[in-house]
Amino acid sequence: MPIALGKVSPPSEDKRWKIVGATMRRHGFSRNALIETLHTVQQSFGFLDRPSLEYVAQSLRVPLSKAFGVATFYHYFSLKPPGEHTCVVCLGTACYIKGAPQLLGELEQSLGITPGETTPDGRVSALTARCVGSCSLAPVALFDGEVAARLSAKDMQGRLQKWVSA
Amino acid sequence: MTPEQLNQIATEEAAARQSVPQRLLVCMAAGCISSNGEAVKKSLESAVKAAGMNGTCPVTGVGCMGLCSRGPLVSAEPSGILYQDVAPTDAGEIVQSLSGEPVARLQCSRDLPFFKRQVGVVLENSGRINPERLEDYVAAKGYEALVQALTEMSRAEVIEQVSRSGLRGRGGAGYPTGLKWSTVSKAQSTTKYVVCNADEGDPGAFMDRSVLESDPQRVLEGMIIAGYAVGASRGYIYVRAEYPLAITRLNTAIRQAKHHGVLGTQIANTEFDFDIDLRLGAGAFVCGEETALIASIEGGRGTPRPRPPYPAQAGLYGAPTLINNVETFANIPAIIRNGGDWYAAMGTSRSKGTKVFALTGKINCTGLIEVPMGMSLREIIFEVGGGVPEGRKFKAVQTGGPSGGCIPEQFLDMPVDYDSLAQAGSIMGSGGMIVMDDSSCMVDVAKYFMEFCMSESCGKCIPCRAGTAQMYDLLAKISEGRASLNDLAMLEDLCDMVKNTSLCGLGQSAPNPVVSTLRYFRDEYLAHIQEKKCPAGVCAIKQEANA
Repeated sequence: MPIALGKVSPPSEDKRWKIVGATMRRHGFSRNALIETLHTVQQSFGFLDRPSLEYVAQSLRVPLSKAFGVATFYHYFSLKPPGEHTCVVCLGTACYIKGAPQLLGELEQSLGITPGETTPDGRVSALTARCVGSCSLAPVALFDGEVAARLSAKDMQGRLQKWVSA
Repeated sequence: MTPEQLNQIATEEAAARQSVPQRLLVCMAAGCISSNGEAVKKSLESAVKAAGMNGTCPVTGVGCMGLCSRGPLVSAEPSGILYQDVAPTDAGEIVQSLSGEPVARLQCSRDLPFFKRQVGVVLENSGRINPERLEDYVAAKGYEALVQALTEMSRAEVIEQVSRSGLRGRGGAGYPTGLKWSTVSKAQSTTKYVVCNADEGDPGAFMDRSVLESDPQRVLEGMIIAGYAVGASRGYIYVRAEYPLAITRLNTAIRQAKHHGVLGTQIANTEFDFDIDLRLGAGAFVCGEETALIASIEGGRGTPRPRPPYPAQAGLYGAPTLINNVETFANIPAIIRNGGDWYAAMGTSRSKGTKVFALTGKINCTGLIEVPMGMSLREIIFEVGGGVPEGRKFKAVQTGGPSGGCIPEQFLDMPVDYDSLAQAGSIMGSGGMIVMDDSSCMVDVAKYFMEFCMSESCGKCIPCRAGTAQMYDLLAKISEGRASLNDLAMLEDLCDMVKNTSLCGLGQSAPNPVVSTLRYFRDEYLAHIQEKKCPAGVCAIKQEANA
């Protein structure tokens, strides 16, 4: 069934949709731009929700199932809103043999959640990474995107405490 | 850009360099930035200002200087004195020392084997030029090779030099680069593509990241030359979204290259047009596989497809596509400039040139190194890398990431090249080398890699999707002391099955870490199974299992 080529309206009046629209326009609304567009949505809004996936799928004329397929296939995309702060423990090989499991244990204990979850108050999200490429400084964790080098479980506890009690 | 314009930029840069007596170079690659390098750079700038040396001693951010474990690193030019572990508060002292004795407490000797034993080809500019200025690259002979290729060489001559160099794919598989180029160049099609694989997914490896952050123009130049040689007019760099600094520097490099006319239409006043775009990966290890990478550039899920047809015949959007790794492209400018024979003079008979390795784990000097092929593991780990810290005993070195294996002590004198590593049950891989001491348990390491492959399996073929999960369960059982010898036999059977029946490289090589640890550390497996003990004390053996 042909889909109407009329203009698809964004889910809301939010100005950030203009940035998303610009990405799609730059790629001539090509289906091949699906991943690029989802990157822009996630960069602008922090995550991909259903209305945004529907909007992107319709605009690029790909089935919603394909948009969902891509969004869930790649680890980088998140379908849930992130917490106010994020802590990412790197599980690369160098970090792993230098104590990443202990960091992960500390993270789970301090926050009472497992990787991929956010504390019930929405303050902190816990995540893991396959390798962030800072292997010389292992073990590392990223606190709001900043690499903390040669991290100990105690340092981690201190940093998380600041977020939780702030 | 014409040869004249190129010369002009190089001359102007040299004159500008001459006009300042000294310079301070600060490492601005990801490692040193994470160790507070940006603050060091800022305080050096203020210290230079305060000393009234504004204009006579510029402070320049450069790429990776290699010894990441001692960062932030600062180098004083032209003396070449290197400072390690520099804190922002050291800035004043360093600036004052420029007219006198070096600051002894911060000095890092350039005579360390870590520096002395290295040979820079891919990393020749790394830590020396500002990666955010095309002019710096041109002053270091950048784009000479491109202009030479476009104005003096035929496409066949370019491929001839690459073939003569003996360069093999640096992504890990080691396919001869010249042969790949020649196949794509012979393919009949009006549209062809060049793709740079910068989806560096192996955990414990950061070679590509460093090259992209330290010398991005070099990768562009390699790709443009490749485009000319194979007859493509469009290139894509598929780079991990997890590398924000590399992405920023690549975008800057592409913008500057277009501005200076080395990218775009009628490059170097010839009929050759070439354009490069970035495509961001989204965190899927399987996308390092070339057909999965193509599927991802096309906007879909990164699932591989059977080969043939190889991408060289039918790749991106069905067109003939040349796919090479970052390091492979980064070798090209030097090969064209100095000739294939020059490159082939380095290395071993079947592995030519140099290789960049990321040296990490239980080793004193962690960081990025480039050494000639054929150097022994012992030299790399104990001389260049300075050995294992805290007086502990070397146990194994892991190469090739989740597709590789663990190489034990008895192979330390083996030369590092594609064939020797394969014989020892591992692979060259992209260049990650993770050193492990006696505090690591090999069953645990095998389990770690299997967990990785299990969650990174794309799910398309059953041997990989189900096989890795079953192998992981068996490894978990062994590590918890719940396994029998039958389980071990089943694990070995599964290794064989998954290796021989999986669709792509991910599945075919997923059993490697298990196979190699079983080959060299079988006693550790048996200790977990028969004695319910973890000799390294890593695995949590369930006590009830003893009952």
